[in-house]
Amino acid sequence: MSLTRKVIYIAIGLVILLGLNQVFEHGLGDFQINGYYARIVNLIGIAITLAVSLNLINGLAGQFSLGHAGFMAVGGYSATYVTVFHGQQIAGLIGSSLGEVAGSALVMPISLVVGAIAAAAAGLVVGVPSLRLKGDYLAIVTLGFGEIIRVIILNIPAVGGATGFTNTTPITNFFWIFSMAILTIIIVANIRSSTFGRALSAIREDEIAAEAMGINTTRYKVMAFVISAALAGVAGGLSGQLFANPLNPQNLNFVKSIEVIVMIVLGGIGSITGAVFGAATITILPEALRDVDRQFPGMRMVIYSLLLILLMIFRPQGLLGRKEFSLDWFRRKKAAPAPPAAGGDTDV
Amino acid sequence: MNLDAAPSILGAIVVTMGSMAICAGIGIIIERFAYRPVRQHSRLTSLITAIGVSLLLEYGGQVVFTANPRFFPQMIRSETYTVGPVQITNQSLLIIVVSIILMFGLEFIVHKTKIGKAMRAVSHNLSVAKLMGINTDFVIAFTFALGSALAAAAGVMVALAIPKIDPLMGLMTGLKAFVAAVLGGIGSIPGAMLGGMIIGLMETWIGSTSYSTYRDAVAFGVLILILIVRPSGIMGSTTTEKV
Repeated sequence: MSLTRKVIYIAIGLVILLGLNQVFEHGLGDFQINGYYARIVNLIGIAITLAVSLNLINGLAGQFSLGHAGFMAVGGYSATYVTVFHGQQIAGLIGSSLGEVAGSALVMPISLVVGAIAAAAAGLVVGVPSLRLKGDYLAIVTLGFGEIIRVIILNIPAVGGATGFTNTTPITNFFWIFSMAILTIIIVANIRSSTFGRALSAIREDEIAAEAMGINTTRYKVMAFVISAALAGVAGGLSGQLFANPLNPQNLNFVKSIEVIVMIVLGGIGSITGAVFGAATITILPEALRDVDRQFPGMRMVIYSLLLILLMIFRPQGLLGRKEFSLDWFRRKKAAPAPPAAGGDTDV
Repeated sequence: MNLDAAPSILGAIVVTMGSMAICAGIGIIIERFAYRPVRQHSRLTSLITAIGVSLLLEYGGQVVFTANPRFFPQMIRSETYTVGPVQITNQSLLIIVVSIILMFGLEFIVHKTKIGKAMRAVSHNLSVAKLMGINTDFVIAFTFALGSALAAAAGVMVALAIPKIDPLMGLMTGLKAFVAAVLGGIGSIPGAMLGGMIIGLMETWIGSTSYSTYRDAVAFGVLILILIVRPSGIMGSTTTEKV
C-alpha cells in the first residue's frame, strides 16, 4: 500500500469513526441510540482491545499469561490519575497554543499514552523474570504478579485504595474506544506478518528448535509481553474513564484475566478474528444472562468454566482455530466451492 | 451427627474420612470426564481445562450452597496448652500431627508401593509406562482420587482452624498450595510440606506487622523470588530438557 493510499484510508476511517461517535454520543436528529446498547457496544470495543492484545502473547507467542487484569489495572489507574489530577493542567497547556477544543480533546490520548507506558513498564518488570518459565509455572507466576499489582493498588490511598478510584470524569467515548481497538488489531496483525511475528510463531511451535535457529527467544518473548501489557494498559485507561466510578481493585482480580482468556479461547487461540468474536460474545453473554445471574449469583462463572471445559474437550483450537477473516473468504467460494479446513492443528 | 453439641474425636474421624471418600469419588469423575478426553492434546489444553474445572467447582458450589459463609461445627472441644512462652491449642496441634501423618503416608504410597512406582513411571514418561504394561488410565485415576482425598482432608483441617466456610474458601488456598509445592520443589513430598510451612509462617508474620494488608501478596512474592533464584525449589532436583 502506498503512503497516499494509507493516508486516505486512515482519513476515511477517522471520519467514519467520528460520524459514528456523533451518532452514539448525541444521536442523529430524532434518532437516539438506547444508552444501554451504546454502553454494551463500548464495552465490546474495550474487550476487543483486551482480547486482541492478550492474543499476542498467549496465541501468537504461545506463552500462557494469566495476569492481563494486572496490566489493565496499572494502565487504568495511571491514565485515570493523569486525567483526574493533571487533566486541567494538560488541557490548559495545550489549549493555550492549539485552542480550547483541542486542549480538552487531547487529554484522553495523553492519559492513554501514560497508561500504556506505565503498563509496559510493569510488563517489563513482570516479563523478564517470569518468561524464563513455561506452561503452568508461567500461568501461576503471571497470576501472582497480577494479584501483587492489585494488592499494591489497594494500598495506595491517592487512588482510592479498597474503595476504588472515585471522582473520575467519564471522558471515554465511542471514538477513542474503537480507534484504539482498531489500532490494536492493526498492531497485532502487522506484528504477526513481520519477522518478529514469525519468530514468535517459531517459539510457540518449538522453543528449543527456535533457539537453535538463532532466535533470541527471551528477547522476543519479553517484547511481545511488553507490547501486550501496553495495549492492556490502553484498554484499562479506556474502561477506567468510561463511567463515573468504575475502577475498583476488586473488579480487576484474576477473574477478569480469566474472562479475557475465555474470550480468546472461545474465538481460537492465535486468531485475531477469533479474539474479536470472543470479545463480543463474552461481553454480550452476561448481559443476556443478567436475570439468571441475579437469581443464582455465580452462574456467570459457572457458564464460563463449562464453556472452557467443553471447548477444550470438543474443539481445543477454539471456534475459529487460527483462521482469519479476509476478503478471500468470499472470493475463494466462487473459485473453489470447498476451501480446505485450516483449523485442524491442535498443537498450540 | 450433632457434633456441635457433642464434640468427639470419633465423630471428627468419621467426618474427615467421609469427606475424603466423597472427594476421591469426585476426583475420579472429573478425571474421567474432563481430563482424560484432553490428555492427548497439548499441555495448554489441560491447563485451560484445569482452570475451568477449578472455577466450575468453586462457582458451582456458590450456585448450590449460595455465597454466604456457613459455620463449621466445632468437632473437637478447644483447649489451650501452655509450654513456657508458647501457647498452642489442641486443634492446631492436631492439624500439625495429622498433616505430618498424611505426609508420611503419601511418601510411603509413592515410594514403597507398586502403585506408587507406577505413578512415578507415568509421571516420568506416559507412553513408555504404557508400553511396560502399566494401566496408565487406572494409575492416573488413582492419583486423582488420592490427591482429591488429601485436599478434602486439608479442607476439613482449615475448617477446624477457621470454622467459617464458603464455596470460594479454596480459591486462594489452592493457588498458594501450588506456590508451596513449587517453593519446596515439585515432586518432593517433604519439600511441599516445608514450602507450605514457610508460606504459612511468612503470611502469619506479615499479618502481625504493619504491612498486614500486603498479606495476600507474600506467597506470590516468594514464588517469584524462588523461581528467579532456584527454579527447581528448595528440595527439588534440576532437570535439563532433552531434545
